Amino acid sequence: MSETLVSAPAGRRRERFLLLPPSLVELTLVRFREFWREPEAVFWVFIFPILLAAGLGIAFESRPAERLRIAASDVALAQRLAIEPSLTVEVMTPAAAEQALRRGRILLYASRDAAGALRLRYDENVAEARAARLLAERAAERAAGARELVPVAEDVVREPGSRYIDFLIPGLLGLNLMGSGMWGIGFAIVDARRKKLLKRLLASPMSRTEYLLSFLLSRLALLLVEVFALLGFGVWIFGVPVRGALWELLAICVLASLTFTSLGLLIASRARTIEAASGLMNFVMLPMWVFSGVFFSSERFPDAMQPFIRLLPLTAVNEALRRNMLEGAPLVSLGPQAAVIASWLVISFITALRLFRWR
Amino acid sequence: MSLRPAKIRALAAPLGPPTLLVRALRKAYRDVVAVDGIDLEVWPGECFGLLGPNGAGKTTTIEICEGLLEPDGGTVELLGLTWAGHAAELRQRLGVQLQDTQLSEKLTVEETVRLFRSFYRRGPSVEEVIRMVQLEEKRKARVGALSGGQKQRLAMACALVGDPDLLFLDEPTTGLDPQARLQLWELISRLKCEGRTVILTTHYMEEAERLCDRVGIIDRGRIIALGTPAELVGRLGAGHVVEFAVDGAQPALAPAELERIEGVVAARRVDSSYQLRVGELHRTVPALLEELRRRGLAVTELRTHSASLADVFVALTGRHLRDE
Ligand SMILES: Nc1ncnc2c1ncn2[C@@H]1O[C@H](COP(=O)(O)OP(=O)(O)OP(=O)(O)O)[C@@H](O)[C@H]1O
Ligand SMILES: [Mg+2]
Repeated sequence: MSETLVSAPAGRRRERFLLLPPSLVELTLVRFREFWREPEAVFWVFIFPILLAAGLGIAFESRPAERLRIAASDVALAQRLAIEPSLTVEVMTPAAAEQALRRGRILLYASRDAAGALRLRYDENVAEARAARLLAERAAERAAGARELVPVAEDVVREPGSRYIDFLIPGLLGLNLMGSGMWGIGFAIVDARRKKLLKRLLASPMSRTEYLLSFLLSRLALLLVEVFALLGFGVWIFGVPVRGALWELLAICVLASLTFTSLGLLIASRARTIEAASGLMNFVMLPMWVFSGVFFSSERFPDAMQPFIRLLPLTAVNEALRRNMLEGAPLVSLGPQAAVIASWLVISFITALRLFRWR
Repeated sequence: MSLRPAKIRALAAPLGPPTLLVRALRKAYRDVVAVDGIDLEVWPGECFGLLGPNGAGKTTTIEICEGLLEPDGGTVELLGLTWAGHAAELRQRLGVQLQDTQLSEKLTVEETVRLFRSFYRRGPSVEEVIRMVQLEEKRKARVGALSGGQKQRLAMACALVGDPDLLFLDEPTTGLDPQARLQLWELISRLKCEGRTVILTTHYMEEAERLCDRVGIIDRGRIIALGTPAELVGRLGAGHVVEFAVDGAQPALAPAELERIEGVVAARRVDSSYQLRVGELHRTVPALLEELRRRGLAVTELRTHSASLADVFVALTGRHLRDE
């Protein structure tokens, strides 16, 4: 080793990246490294949503119009109903049919009463059962000699945009933006606080603003990867439509991501342990998993709950994503949703900064 | 190997204002008074040690000085500046190592040093700092894969990236094996030679004796003794400690009787043996042996050691410094 008596020049200048301060670039790089070197995080952010989309997409794939299963009390009746091609008819005793109805194996049970009139037993809350009833009635009428009075020409519609996968992909996109936004910042900050790393950074001349900014920058960069992975999968494999402008879709994603990152910051502002933070995260996220229309439309909940549901940030995000992708709605028409999302952003960010503890 | 020739010149210069000036510092947590009125001065180029048992208030004192804790009362001035007026400037000029920081395990040594380096306006390059703490071979290793001693040296590297004038080290060697401790002692000695002011806390008196120009012994939030290690030991009035035991069947000796022997400053019974603090071994030991022979007592054990800071602590508090 050589003796050096010359004072060292100030540390090697790294190339300035996009004119950002070198410390901000380093902090942001650290965020990336910590993320990529955590295989679980990569799985949950990138792989899991795609697996979920693939699984649900296949399970709920629209198949060629399915035949409806019904049962009849005797062979003659079964044969008469079977002239309707959309029906599959079995013969069952009333007791067996009762059980099959309850289990959903058949949709409808046809029998004759003492007067010889047709008697149909089905659950009118089930849409498919109501369809089976209409088909069974029509078959019985035809068998009785009725002619079709109005000739009908069929015009079958099978358009992308109305399938389950088309509904699902925007929902999963919103869900993913929420999960990665909140966990990304929340976990890292609570972990650093627990390890006294936050305190150590505070003892250095690091700018606190740059520290928080590094989370936003890395989030935005990862966001691009995340959105294009899931969206690309949906478009290429399932032909999910993106009818709105792509940059407008991205703008919605960026706004959503900033909002969820602020919520994550708020949750992480005081928590000292990962367990406490996880509890809070789940407490905040679970209602949105259920109510915000990720897997099924939020309109299925009672009217009384709708105002509350519409105020949830994920509901607004999902609505905005669906209107853009499925209806091609322009950004200017998404004012109400944008207002809800932006309000959450402002409120949670300001509150987080107020509450935040560096120690 | 020195990176700071300018600082060596500073050593020869007359003492200026103190690098650290602490007056009447107080800090209480809910039910404990952690720091109970501490006054301190540390001079440029000096290595000052705060020595004390667990819970004495070392970390609390040092973290107030580092601007990480707000004191309940008292003032702190560093390099002539205060936290209220010059926080940004002070952060640039201080090097800090905290007692229990865990650096991010997923980053490599080099990435960690580079991150900390990016916060400072001036300082050595990343490569140089890594060389200073002798982690060249571990440059690309993940922090999670380092040994305890290597982690501690990495923490030192992070404290050194800004070429600090004043370095705070909170228990830099606690929990390390003797070899790793020795490596860190060498590193700290080298930093001292470069003319940096170092303030460290420890509960190992060998460490304080070996590294520190001056030590403050702290107990229950107060400084109970302050001076160079030699001064403090000298204040015991006895440079040596003699321990001996006599045949167990014999009647016990009274400490007061032992203190009448020539040169014995103080005597105590510790379990089944006796401990004497003495000024000069060559006078007292023969006199002691003569006295024991006169009484017909058979000596079964006789040991002596030079008085150390540990003996100072015992003399001041009646308790042992280490509870390990
Ligand atoms: N955050 C806190 N809340 C409450 N009490 C605290 C806190 N930090 C320290 N204390 C108490 O203040 C006293 C001094 O603690 P401090 O950490 O300064 O001791 P120390 O000398 O550094 O001890 P050690 O050698 O164990 O590091 C202890 O009694 C401790 O229990
Ligand atoms: Mg301590």
